[in-house]
Amino acid sequence: MEWETVIGLEIHVQLATNSKIFSGSSTAFGAAPNTQASAIDLAMPGTLPVVNAQAYKFATMFGLAIDAEINKHSVFERKNYFYPDLPKGYQTTQLEKPIVVGGHVDIRVGEEEKRIRVHHAHLEEDAGKSLHEDYHGMSGIDLNRAGTPLIEVVTEPDMRSGEEAVAFARKLHSVVTSLGICDGEMSQGSMRFDVNISIRPKGEQKLGTRTETKNLNSFRFMERCIEQEIERQIDLLESGGSVVQETRLYDGDTHSARSMRSKEEANDYRYFPCPDLLPVVIDEAYISDIRQQLPELPSARQTRFETDYKLSSYDAELLSTDLNTANFFEAATEQCGDPKLTANWIMGEVSARLNANDTHIGDAPISAADLAQLIARIKDGTISNKIAKTVFDALWNKEGDVDRIIEAKGLKQVSDSGTLEKIVDEVIANNAQQVENYRNAPAEKRPKMLGFFVGQSMKLSKGQANPQQLNKILQEKLEK
Amino acid sequence: MHQLTITEQIKKLKDKTFSSVELTQHYLARIKKYDSELNSFISVTEDAALEQAQSADQALAAGDETPLLGIPIAHKDIFCTDGTPTTCGSKMLENFVPPYDATVVENYRRAGAVMLGKTNMDEFAMGSSNETSFFGPVRNPWAKDCVPGGSSGGSAAAVAALLTPAATATDTGGSIRQPAALCGVTGIKPTYGRVSRWGMIAFASSLDQGGIIARTAEDAALMLNTMASVDPKDSTNIPKDVPDYSASLNNRVNGMRIGVPKEYFSDGLHPGTASAVQEAIGTYEKLGAKISEISLPNTSLAVPAYYVIAPAECSANLSRFDGVRYGHRCENPKNLEDLYKRSRGEGFGEEVKRRILVGTYALSAGYYDAYYHKAQQVRRLIKNDFDAAFEGVDIVLGPTAPSPAFAFGAKGADPVAMYLEDIFTIAANLAGLPGMSIPCGLVDDKPVGLQLIGKHFDEARILNAAHCFQRETDFHSLTPKDIN
Repeated sequence: MEWETVIGLEIHVQLATNSKIFSGSSTAFGAAPNTQASAIDLAMPGTLPVVNAQAYKFATMFGLAIDAEINKHSVFERKNYFYPDLPKGYQTTQLEKPIVVGGHVDIRVGEEEKRIRVHHAHLEEDAGKSLHEDYHGMSGIDLNRAGTPLIEVVTEPDMRSGEEAVAFARKLHSVVTSLGICDGEMSQGSMRFDVNISIRPKGEQKLGTRTETKNLNSFRFMERCIEQEIERQIDLLESGGSVVQETRLYDGDTHSARSMRSKEEANDYRYFPCPDLLPVVIDEAYISDIRQQLPELPSARQTRFETDYKLSSYDAELLSTDLNTANFFEAATEQCGDPKLTANWIMGEVSARLNANDTHIGDAPISAADLAQLIARIKDGTISNKIAKTVFDALWNKEGDVDRIIEAKGLKQVSDSGTLEKIVDEVIANNAQQVENYRNAPAEKRPKMLGFFVGQSMKLSKGQANPQQLNKILQEKLEK
Repeated sequence: MHQLTITEQIKKLKDKTFSSVELTQHYLARIKKYDSELNSFISVTEDAALEQAQSADQALAAGDETPLLGIPIAHKDIFCTDGTPTTCGSKMLENFVPPYDATVVENYRRAGAVMLGKTNMDEFAMGSSNETSFFGPVRNPWAKDCVPGGSSGGSAAAVAALLTPAATATDTGGSIRQPAALCGVTGIKPTYGRVSRWGMIAFASSLDQGGIIARTAEDAALMLNTMASVDPKDSTNIPKDVPDYSASLNNRVNGMRIGVPKEYFSDGLHPGTASAVQEAIGTYEKLGAKISEISLPNTSLAVPAYYVIAPAECSANLSRFDGVRYGHRCENPKNLEDLYKRSRGEGFGEEVKRRILVGTYALSAGYYDAYYHKAQQVRRLIKNDFDAAFEGVDIVLGPTAPSPAFAFGAKGADPVAMYLEDIFTIAANLAGLPGMSIPCGLVDDKPVGLQLIGKHFDEARILNAAHCFQRETDFHSLTPKDIN
């Protein structure tokens, strides 16, 4: 039987506010346990929450960026359950009246464009962390993360493959980082994905029983995890079994998911409006003010790259998706004046090196100014494209700036006609047979044969010969 | 000294008739003398009080004009006090010492008041008799075999026995007004949002409001001037300037329109209470007020609605007491579930457990609409009743409690009988209105309370009406016979 996969995502996005959603504690990552937990975060008796206006603004920015409706009257509710890292015994979140309603994110898989609808996005507080190692059979609680503002983005079940889900996840990452409302640090849990997956026979309208896999925080493993789950469900159904509605927890160490709880064990969360917080009421002026302050979004930037820099749609998309990459590209282009060459370098050498080192452009040892200078030296003939790669290696190893590297390594291109003529003469003298073949060949075959002499001359010049000039001299001398 | 009003004490402190240390020592001595029997205090902070009194005396000598400089005060043990245990009347918080002051406590500290100690209360403010306190019941100074009312029974009894000139209190369904009535003292619950809830341990957040118990309306007004504030730490606190409540105390009552709800004189009302309240109405008539009968048709729905909303909120508010971070933790928990079950099972008393269960049930899937949602609709109806009434009257007047103080154990077996103690007071909480209770007579040598309910943020007017009544009568200056 042919199966169709149906996927919906719930994404927790940590907002990059300085302080927590209901207290003044810092949200910085990596502090010693419980050093960023105030009396409010510890849910000490008598303490009360006050909403962080910045979190509200960020959520509104997100809503506007995905073309959603902003609820002018939104309400925080209490979601009740006991867990040691949930200090109040309830999570303050939104249910009936979330801040963001509707909206969409457009993705591209291969050549196909697809619109993924967002059901809603709500504001809530993050929980703390339970630490199960190093406590001699007991668990430690770290409440630094408790109260960190989140938006939970809930999509419609619009994705049909792991590839689409990952494309959506990447696009969402691009949107929130471009807005500056999330640092996008997946490894620190800044974005965490819960994936709802079900399968049904192709053509069937009714949705199959779904499972929810929680806690994915890497694009790389998301697709694999989804494929594994699809296979598991297909195996179950094809062997006459059935899928049980359950929550599965993804383990980042083993890269596999296991069942956490079934529907029967699910909590009754007893939501009700939080009486410590008044409904948040905003007006049109608040929304339009934020709309005007919105930074350029990836899709708009892509369009601008296509028109302003004459990039192909493919290149423009690749360069605009990640905020840092886009900024890097634009800064380098503005400085060297050659968008096409800059784009090629970023998508080529830079990208390959980043992948090999498993790092981001923000952490790369080479700056936009370095790349711009490198391109400028190619364009003014100081170095050839080939030598530029040697310079790039040196830049990456932090050996100095472009000019110093060229100088120190003696990589300057040889453009002196006398020197080049000597080289060409030597090559002609050493390869009498090839010269004869060349001169006997018909005119249309000669350009191809020229390559041999260019290669030999380049080798002799240690790659530093100016290729255009070399070509010209070779042609002149061989034609004689 | 203890017979003086706070206004008089301030004058005597300023003219050096006595010092704050002397005044404080005097009250501490009275607490020692009477409170082993009354049990109105959970803790007495003698050393800290004397230190505070000493610095108050120095400031007084330097001509400091801080409003309550050197005046002793007691705080209900629901208000967090930095460095002083705050138990909320519960075993759960028997050893809890907050690292912060409630805004109310801070306001009084800044105003120069001297804290004598923390007063007894029903556990987590849940009760109308003070019998649910983990630290034992409080005796009514007027009749020691009777309850003082609750939940602020310790504050009311301490003021009635002249162990403190005033005490802070809280009122979720009548917890200031009912004990004030049963102990023959003056208590005011301000408008919801007038007094900061920061540091006041929550029972039912949308109903809880801090207030003050004192001997007279004049003292209550003076104390409220300091207690009420605008506090950005409490999102439900309303940023409205605090008026000088003392300034309008002597406004004429002549022409004031007073509404008396007919629903408040039903069968359940003790005849002695009814006649004392009728007499008080007569006094107001004599003062030139225009009395009219009004109707608050949804009065009978107040208690049922309250006993859905308050438990629902408390079921979530009390979830933080889980034995993990502070408060009672059971011995040697086997696992997480055992830790929760035994810590909470051992730490909470019966009434608290009952309300957590009721509230959890009311919020459960499938019951939410029938209970919680419906109760919120009733709440709106009750508010509408008052809005309609206040179109024709300036204040609403009636009995505070259905009867004078009852004997210990009289209502313990039947929670609903106990819940009906708040039948006249709960509506003001549901509607968020300011309410007061002032003494208006004695029945069988036990005090009767008169309730005054005002419009939102119209505390000044009910204080004014109460003060004028107290100029005409002397019920507020009566003291229990065993107390000198």
